[in-house]
Amino acid sequence: MTKDHKGEGNPSGPEVDEVSGIQTTGHEWDGLRELDNPAPRWWLIVWMVSIVFAVGYWVIYPAWPTLGGHTKGLFGWTQFEKLKVEQGEIFARQREHRRKFHAASFEQVNQDPALFEFARAGGAVVFKENCVACHGAGGEGRKGYPNLNDDDWLFGGAVGDIYRTIQVGSRSTHVDTHAAMMPAFGAMLKPQEIDDLATYVGSMNASQPPSVAWTNGRVLFETNCVSCHGAMGEGNRALGAPQLNDAIWLYGGDHDTLVQSITKSRAGVMPAWEQRLSVDDQRMVAVYVHSLGGGE
Amino acid sequence: MLESHKKLERNSIWLLIFTVVAVSIGGLVEIVPLFRMQTTIEPVKGMRPLTPLELAGQDIYIREGCNTCHSQQIRPLRDEVQRYGHYSLAAESMYDHPFVWGSERTGPDLARVGGKYSNTWHLEHLKDPRAVVPESIMPRYSFLASRQVRTWDAGDKMKALAAVGVPYTKDHISNAALDLQIQTMPDEDPTGLQERYGAKVVPQDFGSGDPGAPTEADALIAYLQQLGTHVDFTTYDPDYELKQQPEKERAK
Repeated sequence: MTKDHKGEGNPSGPEVDEVSGIQTTGHEWDGLRELDNPAPRWWLIVWMVSIVFAVGYWVIYPAWPTLGGHTKGLFGWTQFEKLKVEQGEIFARQREHRRKFHAASFEQVNQDPALFEFARAGGAVVFKENCVACHGAGGEGRKGYPNLNDDDWLFGGAVGDIYRTIQVGSRSTHVDTHAAMMPAFGAMLKPQEIDDLATYVGSMNASQPPSVAWTNGRVLFETNCVSCHGAMGEGNRALGAPQLNDAIWLYGGDHDTLVQSITKSRAGVMPAWEQRLSVDDQRMVAVYVHSLGGGE
Repeated sequence: MLESHKKLERNSIWLLIFTVVAVSIGGLVEIVPLFRMQTTIEPVKGMRPLTPLELAGQDIYIREGCNTCHSQQIRPLRDEVQRYGHYSLAAESMYDHPFVWGSERTGPDLARVGGKYSNTWHLEHLKDPRAVVPESIMPRYSFLASRQVRTWDAGDKMKALAAVGVPYTKDHISNAALDLQIQTMPDEDPTGLQERYGAKVVPQDFGSGDPGAPTEADALIAYLQQLGTHVDFTTYDPDYELKQQPEKERAK
């Protein structure tokens, strides 16, 4: 049961709590009464100030919708303008280096330690955001994603080649993409033949034929694989055909993985970055990747 | 003031009337801007509605609550633009119902994730995020790769979206189920699909399903791969609004 608001129905005036001596609101719920304390003064002040602040904000910044769009504020502030100014600051700070880098060939970058450091640092940042997801934080790669620290390069390891690969990607949507395609030999060879071929490819460097399967595999390799992977399995970068006679494997050099690779072929995709990153960013990340250890 | 409010509270008719007035003000503030939404959408070229497969992917994106951890809005702030690319435009989500801007970034922003990774990477990542990003805390969504996408309601969804303003035509709607399948069949003739959705839509293997029988993972990947890739930024002018104003005002 709620009693009336203070005063009314209470001829003796506002009710005062006996313990604290503070006036109550006059409301009562099952014997519980509410003290009528005023809001804390500091709180009131903050509240008033924030109202005044809001009015000032409306005047200075874009705030209210109007029929023709919205109020623009005293100084025409926009987030886009602010962004432009902030970007401008970065570019102003880097202008000297940027201009120099933009005009320099990769060779010139290599010969100028300061410029090289600038490019490498910039490239590292771009690499972290864009390349790490596939190639790993240290460029170490994973199954299906090439290691960038070693000497094996599908499309060439000179800095210009790396730049080209970054630009166009591999089997990407870019018109000039590296588009090497290995056929799936599952449709062309018998399972036994694929098995033999895998045996040979897995240990090409054996000096003595270790088994009949290996010898058969070599014959099959010579008829089916040499046109792309080369007579000695040395690979062909113009075609993006990987080197097979070394110990570096993109998908794995064990027998089962090789059987799978030959049967179904492999066609890893790297996106093209030409439309996504600025020319300078692409060149910087090429310098960075080249500097990881495997660059030629 | 308080005393007059007392009168209001004790007369049910006045209370009703003033309640309606107060609620209407709140409602108007929220609703009226929607009628003027066109003025906030930048005139840019390249935006297209989603294909049926991408639409199915968006529904899965919403169903799985991806938007609770991934935002789809790059704000015009220096570090965001530096990391994710051009800030998001209103035009880029004008066909989204509901929009999936999100409000939290436990995971990275996805507004421009389209084309950043390969389909294979996306599939591996959905199946086991830790396999490709060791520090990831994203849950696994491996089950998506073993569930078929529904095709029978593709057209109905588009019909509903057309009713709220997405420019799907009868042609789009009647071919929805077919287009959904064709987008996963690289060996089929894509002419019809591309006439309806543009030449950038290329049928391809999204990784898990068979051609013509996409899985939910395929649909989701198709959706992710187009995010943020539509707008031709050479046609975007950040000052377009300013230029629409009369000369005199602009001088100010």
